Amino acid sequence: MPMTMTQKILADHAGLDSVAPGDLIEAKLDYVLGNDVTTPPAIKVFEQLGVKEVFDKDRVLMIQDHFTPNKDIKSAELNKTMRCFAREQNIRHYYELGRREMGIEHVIIPDNGIILPGDLIIGADSHTCTYGALGSFSTGVGSTDLACAMARGVTWFKVPEAIKVNLTGSLNEYVTGKDLILNIIGKIGVDGALYKSLEFDGEGIKSLSMDGRLTVCNMAIECGAKNGIFPVDDCTLKYISGTNPERYAKGEYKVYKADEDAEYSQVIDIDLSEIPLTVALPHLPSNIRKASECKDMKIDQVVIGSCTNGRLEDIGAAAAIFKGRKVHEDVRCIVIPGSQKVYRQALDNGWLQIFDDAGCVISTPTCGPCLGGHMGVLAKGERCVSTTNRNFVGRMGDVESEVILSGVPVAASSAILGRVGTPDEL
Amino acid sequence: MRVSGKVFKYGDNIDTDVIIPARHLTSADPAHLKEHCMEDIDASFKDRVQPGDIMVAGKNFGCGSSREHAPVAIKASGISLVIASDFARIFYRNAINVGLPILECPEAISKINEGDTVEADFDTGVITDVTTGESFNAKAFPEFIKNIMACGGLVGYTGSELKA
Ligand code: SF4
Repeated sequence: MPMTMTQKILADHAGLDSVAPGDLIEAKLDYVLGNDVTTPPAIKVFEQLGVKEVFDKDRVLMIQDHFTPNKDIKSAELNKTMRCFAREQNIRHYYELGRREMGIEHVIIPDNGIILPGDLIIGADSHTCTYGALGSFSTGVGSTDLACAMARGVTWFKVPEAIKVNLTGSLNEYVTGKDLILNIIGKIGVDGALYKSLEFDGEGIKSLSMDGRLTVCNMAIECGAKNGIFPVDDCTLKYISGTNPERYAKGEYKVYKADEDAEYSQVIDIDLSEIPLTVALPHLPSNIRKASECKDMKIDQVVIGSCTNGRLEDIGAAAAIFKGRKVHEDVRCIVIPGSQKVYRQALDNGWLQIFDDAGCVISTPTCGPCLGGHMGVLAKGERCVSTTNRNFVGRMGDVESEVILSGVPVAASSAILGRVGTPDEL
Repeated sequence: MRVSGKVFKYGDNIDTDVIIPARHLTSADPAHLKEHCMEDIDASFKDRVQPGDIMVAGKNFGCGSSREHAPVAIKASGISLVIASDFARIFYRNAINVGLPILECPEAISKINEGDTVEADFDTGVITDVTTGESFNAKAFPEFIKNIMACGGLVGYTGSELKA
């Protein structure tokens, strides 16, 4: 039976020769992830199980990012629960604030060279689907799943069918992976890929950078997909040879390819050269418009960061636009490098100075305003252009505030213009 | 494993807010949740349901939020099985994880009536409407999923696998 990439990874981890959509399988996990919000309840269940040790201290990842540095006493308690557990269990991938490996989970896990092609990972965070960009299978689960997976290193899956997204052409200047995924979500809707894989294919892929692909897979969940996945190519191999030279040299990764005759429930063809600079208006990521059609929308705040667009390429693109320019007098612009590594690189490259000169505020890596936690919560009636991934009612603050999603070039240009705008207007 | 009971029948897109309204999420105690299960579309459900009864519904059962409280509330009501055309992804996962038996069987939905007595066999996937005499085939669950359900959910199953 011909299989998609996702199906092959699942079959291999279940010890089966083949699987078909709808099959229920039990698969071995390479990694299990939790954060400061989802790990504490999982620790409770873990303790109920009466287990003494996690299945593998090198393969359970515990990342503090949502409310860190702790925004209040409750979040400090949550974080303390996770920290104590991580120390007790000698968890290798638990990082303290400020350390070079530290940052937002979906930024650092690929960038620290933890995930490699062919890996299978679940995480108690819906954007765990990000790592499909490296040709691995990753998906989000709940806290009970996390607890049981921490104990056994195994979980069950229903094998998904797949939608193939066939990419041709290449992106125009300033158009990014963010614009691409917003257009896919706009086309199929927020439940358009419910329970399915989004498998990317076609010669257009080579024009997408690794950071761009990570952005695309990050938002696969916003159209309901179980996972998004890219084939492994030279760009992937070059990336992992940089993030984890040792395991790359030893060949500790596996390249899966979809069979030529694999079945897809739907094929979507996209010519990348036709993707415009795009925004998603409140209150759904599928509510897309051309950025150029929204120029009358005044804004109060801009956020550049998050697990969607807080990577090196994103922060660099923002610096290129802010260089020699000023943030509009009515706007607060918050720049949040997604990891300590990105922060340091931005410092070395002189980007932090550019942001500071432009009148941006620069934050330590954190999820912060993305989920309305801290570091930029909105008041009633305020509007923000944000490079994050969700613009649901009240996501960044008051239920009467508004979030407009965009890629970095539109967000940075909007900060300068004081309204939704594009780089060609600067 | 076999179950048998009287049918409570509902339509398509029964969402988690209908199964257990958000205003009752202040406690995750099953005894509290069962008092409010289905109350917004079927106020007398909690008084009429008997241990072992079966819920039958249409498409996309359990859509909406990811709350594990929804399958817990149904299970606590005494429902032994939910048969639907299909389930929303997270509800499907949560139902199995909390040990609420479910079967997908689109053919059976239009043929089974409210109040019928239905039997189901998880080993074979065969569903029999005893009142009308008709039988239907749902896909049987693999061994490990049957074990999860037999252990009352993923926590019990994981505990037993770790001891094995
Ligand atoms: S940055 Fe936002 S979407 Fe990403 S993990 Fe943090 S809260 Fe979730």
